[in-house]
Amino acid sequence: MKLFNLRHDSSKKLMIHAVLISYTLIALFPIWVVIINSFKSRKAIFNDPLALPTADTFTLIGFEEVLLRSEFGLFFSNSMIVTMISIFCVLLFGAMIAWALTEYKFPGNLAISVIVAMGIMIPIRLGTIGILELMSSLNLVNTLTSLVLVYIAQGLPLAVYILSEFIKQVPKELKEAARCDGVGEIKIFFTIIVPLIRPSIATVAVFTMIPIWNDLWFPLILAPSDGNQTITLGVQQFIGQYVTDWNSVLASLTLAIVPVLILYLVFSRQLIRGLTSGAVK
Amino acid sequence: MTIIRPARPFPWHILFFISPGLFIYLTVSVYPLLDTLWLGFYHEADDGQLSFAGLNNYSKLLFNAIWSDPFWNAAWNNLKFFIIHMLVQNPIALLLAVLMSSSKLRLRSTYRTLIFMPTMLSVVIIGFVWQLILSPIWGISENFLYSIGLGHWFDAWLGKEGSALITLALISVWQYVGMPMMLIYAALLGIPDELQDASVVDGSSGWQTFLYIKLPLIMPTIGMVSILTFVANFNAFELIYAVKGALAGPNFSTDIMGTLFYRTFFGFQLQQGSSTMGAAVATLMFLMILLGVVFYLFLFQRRVQRFAL
Repeated sequence: MKLFNLRHDSSKKLMIHAVLISYTLIALFPIWVVIINSFKSRKAIFNDPLALPTADTFTLIGFEEVLLRSEFGLFFSNSMIVTMISIFCVLLFGAMIAWALTEYKFPGNLAISVIVAMGIMIPIRLGTIGILELMSSLNLVNTLTSLVLVYIAQGLPLAVYILSEFIKQVPKELKEAARCDGVGEIKIFFTIIVPLIRPSIATVAVFTMIPIWNDLWFPLILAPSDGNQTITLGVQQFIGQYVTDWNSVLASLTLAIVPVLILYLVFSRQLIRGLTSGAVK
Repeated sequence: MTIIRPARPFPWHILFFISPGLFIYLTVSVYPLLDTLWLGFYHEADDGQLSFAGLNNYSKLLFNAIWSDPFWNAAWNNLKFFIIHMLVQNPIALLLAVLMSSSKLRLRSTYRTLIFMPTMLSVVIIGFVWQLILSPIWGISENFLYSIGLGHWFDAWLGKEGSALITLALISVWQYVGMPMMLIYAALLGIPDELQDASVVDGSSGWQTFLYIKLPLIMPTIGMVSILTFVANFNAFELIYAVKGALAGPNFSTDIMGTLFYRTFFGFQLQQGSSTMGAAVATLMFLMILLGVVFYLFLFQRRVQRFAL
């Protein structure tokens, strides 16, 4: 009886693993195919797409072409600058709003909470025409500044929402003790609250970063040329131009994929913990 | 005796905390949205002069065949896009989450990390990757289908009017399945073991435990996943643009609201772009999303009890 149970159990486990492994393969296969083929000669790409590059077929010609013919390095640093500044501001301003809304009672608190919460559901993209008009009246079209401003506005609502949940958990005694000692409110926020919510800040940072790094819409509309392209737009334009040059296309895709994958593997724990800890439920 | 209270000092610190973020949010997000909604009521002459036009733009979009055919086509395609996500993405996500949450499963965090991976990548990149894989020139998918004996099924799916939209929706499903999976998985982990143990002791099978204990408890999460899918789908643009360009070919069969908005605003081929008509399209997208959110808040959120666990 016991033996039977055990066998039944392990065959069930085997089934579960089989399903999960096959789906994992489906999830990874396309990425894998692109990366291995970017290191192969044109002939080998077509002859045997699924083979790993061998000594005969290995070549870096695609990467050379991409790096020579496009400004990949520039696009990459554009993306880095935009993403980093946006994340920093989203986290700082988001935490400040979240703190003010959860800690203080003041007229307008509810109104501000509602307006900010609406931003979680209503995509900022719908206001694109207004944004373009605003940016052109500020002379910011085709600058990275316009992108940074848009991404701060885009990232704030969710950041405020998640950070509020964490700030609510900070024990009251800590704040009261500081107030009794005569510490100012601003100092309380920066020296007590910010260090305490640091783990959640990592979660918010990852959540904010992905849509910014991967966005095509706003770069396409606000900063489409003059070396202000982000990496996503740069790849899109490059591939559009060299669509028949498979080596270059595969290499540019690989160059765009790999940094994100590395970053993801480094931060995946934080991200998944954030998702499963209920911060976004 | 009256107690003289010192006048409270003005709470400068609140202003300090709120104003930088709120200022940017109001000027770059709220104001442009209102501006866009407002602009939808105007008509733009060829010389750029704006004049109030009332509901003219909307009646054109909804009833004048030149505008309304593309509009209803895009709205209908968008609905199909959403339905495919609901029928394929969310059930797969549920299945994966349930399997992953089964007790004492080894390697579960590895599965989680790997299955979530495509979600991280840019839709643009994903669009090109699949374009290459499905390409008849390269022949990866064709050879694969032949090897499992389904070769005659192969077709240039992305290029055919009848199958392009479905193919694109499935690519999007492939990319985003990780998100609902993660949210449902988190909800499943939140169910106390005692509840499941109790149902097992009462003699329910694994399937019954799932159907009568777990599923009702994760219903709020499934509702939230649905509304998130809805908003994301009716706001989608990148995948279609990356694979099919702004014209959403073949013959507009993959046109959705996002691409229609882009074309109306920027113009294409012979048609000039119009910011006022673009604003009207954006307003209708806004109303669709609002309708979905309100529907969710009032019907779903209210009917589904939140179990205090």
